Amino acid sequence: MANQQFKILIVAATLATLVLIVPHSGSFVVLLATRAMAFAILAMSVDLLLGFTGLSSMGQAAYFGVGAYLTAVLATKFHFGLGWDFWIVVILGILLGAALAALFGLFAIRAGGVYFLMITLALGQCVWGLAYRWNSLTGGDNGINMSGRPNFGLDLGNEVTFFYLVFAFFAVSMALMYVLVRSPFGQSLAGIRERELRMQILGYNTWLHKYIAFIIAGGFGGLAGVLWAQTNGHVSPETVVLTTSVDSLLMVVLGGSGTLVGAAIGTAIVFGLREYLSTLVPWWQYVLGGVYVLTILYLPMGLMGLLSGVRQRFGSQGKGEGLKKLATKPS
Amino acid sequence: MTNKLQRVLMGSCLALGLGLTTQANAEELRIGYISPVTGIFAQVGKDMVDGFQMYLDEHGGKLGGMDVKFIVEDDQGKPDAGVTKAKKLILQDKVHMFIGGLLASTGYALAPISTSEKTLYISSVSSADDLTQRQLSKYPYFLRTSWTSSLPHQPLGQWACDNGFKKVIVIAADYAFGYETAGGFQKVFEDCGGKVVQKIWPPLGTKDFGPYIPTFKADADAIFTTMVGPMALQFPKQLRGAGVKLPILGSGVSYDEFVLPFMGDEVIGDVSALHYSAAIDTPKNQAFVKAYRAKFGKVPGYYSENNYTTAMWLDEAIKKAGGKYPGPEEFIKIMASIKLDAPRGPVELDENRNPIENVYIKKVEKKKMFGYDKDELWNTVIKTYPKVSQFWTYGKEKFLAQPVYDRDFPPCKNCE
Repeated sequence: MANQQFKILIVAATLATLVLIVPHSGSFVVLLATRAMAFAILAMSVDLLLGFTGLSSMGQAAYFGVGAYLTAVLATKFHFGLGWDFWIVVILGILLGAALAALFGLFAIRAGGVYFLMITLALGQCVWGLAYRWNSLTGGDNGINMSGRPNFGLDLGNEVTFFYLVFAFFAVSMALMYVLVRSPFGQSLAGIRERELRMQILGYNTWLHKYIAFIIAGGFGGLAGVLWAQTNGHVSPETVVLTTSVDSLLMVVLGGSGTLVGAAIGTAIVFGLREYLSTLVPWWQYVLGGVYVLTILYLPMGLMGLLSGVRQRFGSQGKGEGLKKLATKPS
Repeated sequence: MTNKLQRVLMGSCLALGLGLTTQANAEELRIGYISPVTGIFAQVGKDMVDGFQMYLDEHGGKLGGMDVKFIVEDDQGKPDAGVTKAKKLILQDKVHMFIGGLLASTGYALAPISTSEKTLYISSVSSADDLTQRQLSKYPYFLRTSWTSSLPHQPLGQWACDNGFKKVIVIAADYAFGYETAGGFQKVFEDCGGKVVQKIWPPLGTKDFGPYIPTFKADADAIFTTMVGPMALQFPKQLRGAGVKLPILGSGVSYDEFVLPFMGDEVIGDVSALHYSAAIDTPKNQAFVKAYRAKFGKVPGYYSENNYTTAMWLDEAIKKAGGKYPGPEEFIKIMASIKLDAPRGPVELDENRNPIENVYIKKVEKKKMFGYDKDELWNTVIKTYPKVSQFWTYGKEKFLAQPVYDRDFPPCKNCE
């Protein structure tokens, strides 16, 4: 138990360091950190499904997309969400993401494994198709431009202020998801991941558990979408495209699934390579590809597996519990 | 205590920062360039950069006497990545202006950055109509050196009408660029008395036109088509393979020099319209084509020419400003005052900061050109419409009163 508190302390300390250092390290870094944290909320929602429930969703961009499009459409067509009503948009975004997940879940949760992956992929593509073809609402391929961020006494147009806001959302989301996965409900999800049949025999309604987890993940996806739209000031079908889903999945795998923190680390690394390294060298894609390949070959538990490996070697209390848990997890 | 320390630290940082900026200000023009140099549009992105870089290289890396720091950033063909990179260029590299953007969607995403950061954005390829039409007032720090999607296709509508075509089928990729090219063609063609009898919108990236070709109306006498990327290669092949012999009037990008070398003889005789053709028979263009081909091993398309011309335009403007960058408002005025003689012909900005330029009606022919000894496909110019404006002959007021060309505008009155 002391071990767990220690971990929380490390995460909290890292977050505190981030919030202290980033605002003083150049506007581009602030922007990148903001983007990465908004996206990390999506990646963590994927981890909720992949790492804790054992469902590999390939359509998480759908909830992300509806959150983003909701924000953009409300802001441009109804001038809504540009003041304090930004908070209403946040809530609406979460609700819409969750509602869409509730709808899609009816189709998807019945299946498992590859079939679940295919169904979520197909449903995600439906949302992309809508975004692409419904010109009058979404602007089609051109997308929607938003004119500036909300200002409710607090001017979010300021990159640093906005960074603090997104940081707060990120930290709170992480804390909430952490509480969720540690709760009895979260434990039962882990049980489903490990052996669904046994959970059924024990009397759990596993369909309902998975369905609820799916809806919660959708809600966080919607939240991430709202923040993403505000970060870029622009929403286009690129936001909802399949690659966004795949990216979020890869980030989770890279960081280490079933850890939440791993999802955030994976996001940070991918964004760092794709958006920072790419400004320095033209061969950044090889680095990104290399990192993926090496991680999958040598660190099947992701970078977090590396950390627990180190702890296991040098610490006494680890006993490889975490490592074993991750290693046996179906992917 | 901490407060004091913080102040000292910040002070020294500030001093350092100031030191850096004064150093950087030594008459250096910093140009950010955004282009998809990775991803599915990588080759086009590279052609764009090559065009600009070629002009720089020819002029010793200087524009108008200023040393140029040319910073290329990759947007991967994604609008939001473009936004991030534009902000990086402005915030970190402190560029004077940023140029580029390939897709219409990227153009729409980048233009607002120019407004919010008060930095000049020059769209050197991206052709989204409305940026220099109904939305112009939102973007005071924006100008275009390339074209609007509908600009060359409005004259094509006129040409089709003048050459006796009566009923045309429109088949174009299902996105804004497709709507705007087809819309421009249809508007002018129908105003002149022609009829568009059918409109088909295959999704972007369609490779199998089998489901569409048999639905073509039998009484049509030509096909207007806008195809991009792999679609451009597949469509003529499958159309002729299916035995359809109707003449094609196409968008210039479907037959651009970028795709032309990969096409077969089935495209010979196809007509298209654009503001550039590598086969424009002027000494200036011949010199450009030869120099480009010697350097990059292929014939330049409009992606390269547009960026070469952009660099040339900047060169003139900086020269006129006295070898310095005078800030965006002043610079736009200077750019607008210049009449340029580019490889594509004479170019100048209209009052909406979009080029007035020649439009070339081109026919694909297999022949020898500019002294090259092999028979190749060239876009032979068969008719030149000089000094075409984005508003065609309608005039600005009347043109802007109608909505932007869309899937349903102009409406298809003669479709059943």
